[in-house]
Amino acid sequence: MPAALETRRLCKSFGALMVADQISFRLESGARHALIGPNGAGKTTFVNMLTGRFSPTSGAILLGGEDVTALGQLARVKRGLARTFQINTLFRNVSVVDNVAFAVAEREGVARRMFRPAGSYHAVVDESMALLDTLGLAQDARAVVAGLPYGKQRLVEIAVALGLRPRVLLLDEPAAGVPTSESHRILDVLDALPKDMSILIIEHDMDLVFRFAQRITVLAQGAVFLEGTPAEIAADKRVREVYLGERHV
Amino acid sequence: MQDFLSSLVMVAFHGLAYGMILYLISVGLSVTMGLMGFVNLAHGVFAMAGGYMMLSAMSRLDVPFPLAIVIAFCAVALASMVLERFLYSRLYSAGELEQVLFTIGLIFMSVAVARLVYGPLPQPVHIPGYLKGQLHFLGRDFPTYRVFLIVFSVSLVALLWFGVERTRWGAMVRATVDYRAMAQSVGINTSRLFTLTFALGSGLAALGGALGAEIIAVEPTYPFEHLVFFLIVVAVGGLGSLRGPFVAALLIGVADTACKYWIPEFGAFFIYIATIAVLLLRPEGLFGKAT
Amino acid sequence: MTHAGGYIADARIRAAEWLPWVFAALCYFAAPSYLTLGSYILTMIIFALSLDLILGYGGIITLGHSAYFGTGAYVAGILALRLTGEPLLGLLAGTLGAGLLGLFTGLVILRTRGLALLMLTLAITSLCYEVANRATRLTGGADGLGGFSIRPILGLFSFDMFGKTAYLYCLVILFASWWLVRRLVYSPFGASLTGVRENNVRMHAIGAPVYQRRVVAYTISAALAGLAGALLTQTTQFVGLNVLGFELSGELIVMLVLGGVGRIYGAFVGPLVYLVAQDYLAKRFPEYWYFGIGAMLVLVVMFARGGILGIIDAGIARLRRGS
Repeated sequence: MPAALETRRLCKSFGALMVADQISFRLESGARHALIGPNGAGKTTFVNMLTGRFSPTSGAILLGGEDVTALGQLARVKRGLARTFQINTLFRNVSVVDNVAFAVAEREGVARRMFRPAGSYHAVVDESMALLDTLGLAQDARAVVAGLPYGKQRLVEIAVALGLRPRVLLLDEPAAGVPTSESHRILDVLDALPKDMSILIIEHDMDLVFRFAQRITVLAQGAVFLEGTPAEIAADKRVREVYLGERHV
Repeated sequence: MQDFLSSLVMVAFHGLAYGMILYLISVGLSVTMGLMGFVNLAHGVFAMAGGYMMLSAMSRLDVPFPLAIVIAFCAVALASMVLERFLYSRLYSAGELEQVLFTIGLIFMSVAVARLVYGPLPQPVHIPGYLKGQLHFLGRDFPTYRVFLIVFSVSLVALLWFGVERTRWGAMVRATVDYRAMAQSVGINTSRLFTLTFALGSGLAALGGALGAEIIAVEPTYPFEHLVFFLIVVAVGGLGSLRGPFVAALLIGVADTACKYWIPEFGAFFIYIATIAVLLLRPEGLFGKAT
Repeated sequence: MTHAGGYIADARIRAAEWLPWVFAALCYFAAPSYLTLGSYILTMIIFALSLDLILGYGGIITLGHSAYFGTGAYVAGILALRLTGEPLLGLLAGTLGAGLLGLFTGLVILRTRGLALLMLTLAITSLCYEVANRATRLTGGADGLGGFSIRPILGLFSFDMFGKTAYLYCLVILFASWWLVRRLVYSPFGASLTGVRENNVRMHAIGAPVYQRRVVAYTISAALAGLAGALLTQTTQFVGLNVLGFELSGELIVMLVLGGVGRIYGAFVGPLVYLVAQDYLAKRFPEYWYFGIGAMLVLVVMFARGGILGIIDAGIARLRRGS
């Protein structure tokens, strides 16, 4: 069975700067996989290559066994790849439900229609509302995103991605900027995601990583440093030195 | 053949003079756009103001030519500083649309003021006696004033480039153009840097407008009429670059002169088409940094 | 009163939205000597609507929208002079001509953003202006294009010297344009334009063909501008070079901003206020007029980004909170 997402010897350099060095990586179908590493390890660049925002200098990216290296962002979304952003990237002056509905409408091929009012596409509106309900955001559906507290905006960020009904979901630091007291809500949402969805999470919050992930890949200086189960990663002395340091002894 | 060669020399000469003026006016626009990310359509206002300043100082107050130029530079630089502090700076973080609207508003206001004060007609230009007449070299006659214009502008540009390459101010400007966030975090006072750079750019535009009054007539519609060319110089040359607009200004100066000389029926066709072509192939301009 | 569209917006026509039409009809009876100005205002409202579509809803800043207005005007004029003075055919030709130009230029220039895009719109208008200026045999050049007559509309209503037919003709065309624009704004397509304006990166990430959407919106907007241009040609029976000028693009932006960007009725209020004020003030105090326009723009940007309608909205909101 092909991996949900796979990279083969993926490289990216900006001039002389090597930000991805021969990254070979497999995200198994239905996996809960975390990507960790110190700042500047190349995690976000890696995600941007996976989604097609950046094109790699060399190497290949496979989505469900199909080589998508040459395909653009759009084609990859159509094939079931969705992402969230480390820094909220939302339609700020638009209602929460519209944020999700825009995504649902794109997925359904409704968004290019020009004649009937958007509100008359009940399937889109209902699905968006239902999705917000499962994330505990039903009450905020009509509020404008810019007026929400940051923690809720992080949830909207996830909701928009889920509106695409992805097979593979890339979460770029979903808990970034969220106070620890609220990060459990993010975890609850992540735990409730469908089991057949393959998820790659990048996160600095080690509690969240170790509670959520079944496998962990450590990235350092643009290359895969180590991969293993949470227990193996936690036990590895070198990882502690490189990354976990004193934070997680 | 002899005729052709002689017209070639004249086109190159006058094109060079025009190009240098375009560069003096536009270089400030390029730097401020690159530095502050501000779409300043009103940049031509400073050039016009410089022109009016010099011409009225000379004709109404009998100020000698060199002093009139210094006055134009200083007055416009100072006035632009005030504008920058009180108005422009409030819109640095605003969207492109706001900046465009605001600067179009400034153009309208300045056009009105210019018409109120000076009337709708182009201002007569008085070249001082020692710059009148022709200089004879290479077996040809060249108008003295334009020779002066070229020599003066070239020295000014050399000074400017030297300043940007070698002074602390220049280093800060370059660093901030390239990495704005980093420049702020290493403690560069960007707000003061912006004000000073803006004032210098406006002052240079004033010099260009004043010295070039004989080539680009000083009249109230100035900031609208020549806006396209100033913007073309910046967009084609590349934002935030010093050399790019230089090359672009000379190209446009020579090309425009050549078109007017040889194929007047095509007007500015060639320049617009070339601009479109360059921007499509390199949206960041010839010397801009790719994003 | 903002018309933001989207999936939870109520797209039904509100009572207040009939006001402009009642007002326009009243003007027909109350101000018969101003019908020529009225026709011009109605035409500019269509033009402003077309700009609002890409600028207010699509977030595409253009300094060259007169290229499409002028194309529509010239196509309609040349058609009337050389082939037929049939008005509806003229409108169709102007709309299609400008729409095609919009499609081709849009395909090319919308690959860029920011200053490059702004410059390209400016360069294209300048180029169109030069073409019209030089192709004197076709366009009349600087002398303008005239000497054609427009046949009665549908063979029934001929254009009269008081401008009555012209006014009603403009009003009907404006009504149709308004209805179409309104549908578009409330449609999923309109919502996705808002998305492109609000956050381009996110739009790409949800798999929206952003470039394609922008091109489609640009084409529709250009076609609508061409319709307005053709209408001007037919009601004035003349085409001057200024229909392609940068000044017209600038004035149009001013009108739209004055009324309020991205809210449909800003495109109604802006041209009305601007052109009526211009009619009163511009000829008597041209300098003060331009100064006033400039100051108004600066003030709008600094203090009232929603334009006149934005100020009214804020006023109403304050009253409600007060009571």
